[in-house]
Amino acid sequence: MLERSKLTFKMSQEKTILIFTLLGVIILAFIVIPIVNMIATQVILDVDALIKTAKDLSVLKSIWLSIYAAFLATLIALIFGVPLAYVLARRDFWGKESIESIIDVPIVIPHTVAGIALLTVFGSHGLIGYPLSNYIGFVDALPGIVVAMLFVSVPFLINSAREGFESVDPRLENVARSLGASRWKAVCEITIPLASRHILVGAIMSWARAISEFGAVVIIAYYPMIASTLIYERFLSEGLSASRPVAVLLMIVCLLVFILLRAISARWKRYDRD
Amino acid sequence: MIEIKGLSKNWRGFSLKNVNLRVEKGEYFIILGPTAAGKTLLLELIAGFCEPNEGGIWINDKNVTRMTPEKRGTGFVYQDYSLFPHLTVKENIEFGLKIKGMPKSRIEEKSKEIMDILGISHLSHRRPRTLSGGEQQRVAIARGIVIEPSVMLLDEPLNALDARTQIQLRGELKKIHREAKLTTIHVTHDQTEAMVLADRIGVMMNGEIVQTGSPEEIFHFPLNERVAEFVGVENIIEGMVTSNEEGVATIRIDDHIMEAISSAKVGDRVRVCLRPESITIAPSKTLSSARNSFSGMITQLVPLGATCRIEIDCGFPLISLVTKTSAEDLGLRVGKGVCASFKASSVHVF
Repeated sequence: MLERSKLTFKMSQEKTILIFTLLGVIILAFIVIPIVNMIATQVILDVDALIKTAKDLSVLKSIWLSIYAAFLATLIALIFGVPLAYVLARRDFWGKESIESIIDVPIVIPHTVAGIALLTVFGSHGLIGYPLSNYIGFVDALPGIVVAMLFVSVPFLINSAREGFESVDPRLENVARSLGASRWKAVCEITIPLASRHILVGAIMSWARAISEFGAVVIIAYYPMIASTLIYERFLSEGLSASRPVAVLLMIVCLLVFILLRAISARWKRYDRD
Repeated sequence: MIEIKGLSKNWRGFSLKNVNLRVEKGEYFIILGPTAAGKTLLLELIAGFCEPNEGGIWINDKNVTRMTPEKRGTGFVYQDYSLFPHLTVKENIEFGLKIKGMPKSRIEEKSKEIMDILGISHLSHRRPRTLSGGEQQRVAIARGIVIEPSVMLLDEPLNALDARTQIQLRGELKKIHREAKLTTIHVTHDQTEAMVLADRIGVMMNGEIVQTGSPEEIFHFPLNERVAEFVGVENIIEGMVTSNEEGVATIRIDDHIMEAISSAKVGDRVRVCLRPESITIAPSKTLSSARNSFSGMITQLVPLGATCRIEIDCGFPLISLVTKTSAEDLGLRVGKGVCASFKASSVHVF
């Protein structure tokens, strides 16, 4: 009798897991099917177009520009975002929650809106764009692309770095300082190395988000064309069959870089674990 | 030498109130107090991890109250060791020396020496998380001592260790202190630790230093009932002084008379306190130098490993601690009649 009730208990437990798994599989399929389908149809039906696209200089240029501009945006995000993340992790102050909300704003607002907002500031008559117009142009130029990418991707880096810093016990910094290290030294030698995995993951996410940006970029800098703009343009002017090979190529390149970086970060030493 | 004057601080629910303290050069000073008394906060203030609201701190006659931690030269050991997890044992120990810009050969020499003293040389290339608690604490102590700090600050350093390792490391702390004569402030809630290690003890309760003195003074002559209870004086009995002849007071407790060395005046209502280990148990009334002798019956007997805690009803309750062996030899059990005696000098009156 007892055995039996145990068995039904186990079965009902298994049932829950089974239902959860099923639901999970559906959402996973939702992500995987379009990607695989696109790549597969391209390779099976029209591999020649893919090869031709891979040799198309303007396509390669645009993909390279996406990767490069995203890299610059991530670099700037690192320089300005990591220090902010540290302050947020270590200090309590009035208005801290508002600042944390502000950081998340770029994730919330539609990216075309972000593009327009950026244009009003970085445009040739904008608040920042105008005084700088003799030195640096943002509209239809690389700096404009970088600014748009930075805006939409920096929250990922700041949030991840902040989590990283929060996971480092402040006592470690205390001890380092008692041993003669200034705060700067303690942060550089103890806290940053220990939070480096979080910072790296944040940088990867930020980079990936920057590459995938389209809405904000087209508004501030349609030219020079990044890959997502080129795909959009080809789709409008020449249709699906012309834009798909570019899309597939961009996706393959991005996935390769993404997988590579994820692999590196997974192997990154984890000190926060036993 | 460390001097603390009128130190006050409120921080995250902990508070220190007007703490005054003086720790002599080379002294092993223990701050003894219950959890949440503000002990760690006091150490962090001395190290400079936070600033006091009021008062000042002097290390070797230098006012360090507003000085950053890196300029104070304190060695700090936390309860959870706080080793740098990304560095090896050797790198942890050498961290402070490298920061100071000491020449490489000298660093090697010093870290080797300290690792030998603490018996951790064989661990030098291991990472902290692969070490046992005792090993980690040895590394933390080595890392603090190697910079030759002006004062060593130990925050419950033995608390997280198992009993055997605790005893072992306690011995080593004593040995190292004896050899290096390092001024040490050690925070703990463990009486045994305080008794074994301290030159002097400061009892801290609710953010205040309530009493300072030698271990003897603290454990046998606590200032008040709160301290007495905390330091393990289990017998606190109320009575009235009926006579006092040249410092030997006679105190009446219900129908019983007890003698104590005290300056209390006739008619004073007093509390008598007596450590359980000061009471000797005999099968029947014996002649001894003990002035106080009471017959009673055992009402409770609790074995505590090597010792036995016995409650005796002598008309008033008395708690005594005897070794397991003597409890067996005397055939002690609940209901047995015994005689409890203790010296007048063991009785502390307040």
